[in-house]
Amino acid sequence: MSTPSPELQREMLRQMQTIRRFEERASDDFRAGDIYGVVHSYIGEEAVAVGVCAALERRDQIISTHRGHGHCIAKGADLNRMMAELYGRATGYCKGKGGSMHIADFEIGMLGANGIVAGGIPIVTGAGLAAQLEGEGRVAVAFFGDGASNAGPFHESVNIAAAWKLPMIYVCENNLYAVQTPAAKSLAQPDVASRAAGYGIPGVVVDGNDVLAVHAAATAAVARARAGDGPTILECKTYRWRAHTERPNQPDSRPADEIAAWKQKDPIGRLVAHLQAQQGQLTEDEWQAMDAAILAAIEDSVAFAKASPFPTPESALEDVFAD
Amino acid sequence: MREITYEQAGTEAILEEMRRDPRTFHLATDAPPPLLAEFGPQRVRATPIAESALTGIAVGAAGSGFRPIVNWSQVTFAFVAMDQIVNQAAKIHYMFGGQVTFPMVFRAQVGGGTRRAAQHSQSPYSMFMNVAGLKILLPSTPADLKGLLKTAVRDDNPVISFESGRLGGLVGPVPDGDHTIPLGKADVKRAGTDVTIVAFAWLVHEALAAAEALAAEGISAEVVDPRTLVPFDVDAVRASVRKTGHLLVADEAGPTAGASAEVAALVTEDPETFAALRAPVRRVCALQVPIPYSPGLEDHVFPDRRKIADGVRAMLSGARAA
Ligand SMILES: Cc1ncc(C[n+]2csc(CCOP(=O)(O)OP(=O)(O)O)c2C)c(N)n1
Ligand SMILES: [Mg+2]
Repeated sequence: MSTPSPELQREMLRQMQTIRRFEERASDDFRAGDIYGVVHSYIGEEAVAVGVCAALERRDQIISTHRGHGHCIAKGADLNRMMAELYGRATGYCKGKGGSMHIADFEIGMLGANGIVAGGIPIVTGAGLAAQLEGEGRVAVAFFGDGASNAGPFHESVNIAAAWKLPMIYVCENNLYAVQTPAAKSLAQPDVASRAAGYGIPGVVVDGNDVLAVHAAATAAVARARAGDGPTILECKTYRWRAHTERPNQPDSRPADEIAAWKQKDPIGRLVAHLQAQQGQLTEDEWQAMDAAILAAIEDSVAFAKASPFPTPESALEDVFAD
Repeated sequence: MREITYEQAGTEAILEEMRRDPRTFHLATDAPPPLLAEFGPQRVRATPIAESALTGIAVGAAGSGFRPIVNWSQVTFAFVAMDQIVNQAAKIHYMFGGQVTFPMVFRAQVGGGTRRAAQHSQSPYSMFMNVAGLKILLPSTPADLKGLLKTAVRDDNPVISFESGRLGGLVGPVPDGDHTIPLGKADVKRAGTDVTIVAFAWLVHEALAAAEALAAEGISAEVVDPRTLVPFDVDAVRASVRKTGHLLVADEAGPTAGASAEVAALVTEDPETFAALRAPVRRVCALQVPIPYSPGLEDHVFPDRRKIADGVRAMLSGARAA
């Protein structure tokens, strides 16, 4: 296992912290009434999106879930257009028609958040088929939760990808819950990745709060897919710090000591400690400066969103069909 | 002109379009032999029986620059893929602000008359009409099927081609060469002056037979075949009704919230057309029941030429609809 360069490690840190600060702001502005509907926070799970996307190229494609902001940022999305979309503005990624659960940026291979649990898995498998037909070594990645792993489209898609050796990586973000329901109540054994044996493909379990471990496992799975050897199920054990959604009075019955224990495994704190333990890789001042720059970029994105117009009523009729 | 069957016309359309555009490929739970023979297993894929995944795969491949053609075989099996059709394929272009296009064609048999009972005899196209973002074909002849399907493959949107199962063996003339028909253009299959009969798919042929019988009684019926449900050629239907003053809609589906109801609404909500109506709009549809198996029962449930002709006579004599 090759360790990523210090530069790449610092870039992964920057991305994880960007996700965290973005999500903090999204929660605040949701409560303030500037962001509508529903927002699912990715805080605590940043290492999964960042570790996997750092193993990808820009031309590679990913699909996300209802909890999609982290995947967007890790794939390189523009914060201004993301925030503007959450604010429902015409300058947003989807011209204000998508919102949090439907952010997409096809230019960078981010095929969208998806409001249907497991709904994106067949779609990104189609991107994998397209990659295979093109034969240029592109790969496609499905992000999905432990809950989604119990839905039919997951099984159908992984089976097809395995049978056709599609260049796919199926990344299960096992955060131990689907809304309130513990994964242990929905799966008779703890590892989603162990199902891979049933499809005749590799299944790998990693510590999803260790970005370097995620990156290493993803790099191996990507290499396998690019080489034409087919898909991998990569299961990342992780945990969300906040309730399922940002809705007021959202119940959260998870034990307080469990939440506290997982916060001790903070993926960002771990990478900071790792870098700081090595001579000259990240001074405290550098870390503070990185965070300040991230906060300024988030502030800019909010200013951009607030200065942007809402969509015109006439635009409701646009884009139903491509002409 | 060359005469081929409805089924052959569909296959020809796909063959020609796959030749024309190397970014097309075909997905179905079985690989059709003529396609497989010509294009090989990379572009003509036999999928596992997993309609949800294969429909979603089409969506993803379409968004990645390909033009997938999916054959669900029967609309019955499309219900297994409803999430991918309704929540994904239909909405994805709009929901993502029109970032990229999703060109894809889905083919599915509809209708009854094949003694295959309820699950394999259904005409649920109005359910799909109700979902914004899907274009819908419902052709009645080999020429229309071929021309519309070829246009559908070139369209940049999801298009569902609903094809009448009982018309599969119907033989008809098909123009040579690159025969395409624009979506949203109705075809007047028989001109007339006393009554407009709007009919779909198989019932176009029953309506033509009814018109023939009515002609012997001195009644001149115009048979209008919309050919596509989305987009719908409302102008052609209204123009015909303004001319005849009478409208009967014949549909192999049940009447409740059906395409027939949509046609009635489109005609009556236009003031000029409404003013031209000399009798209430009449519908001749299937009974609102699952389709039964036993031949006598099945035939009883469906409309046919006799019920259409009776409907016209009753309408013209001022009798009220049953
Ligand atoms: C098909 C479907 N059923 C139910 C829901 C409601 N829902 C939204 S998120 C969610 C839980 C998903 O759990 P998981 O896949 O583990 O993802 P996580 O929220 O933990 O990231 C549910 C049930 C949905 N969006 N789609
Ligand atoms: Mg979960």
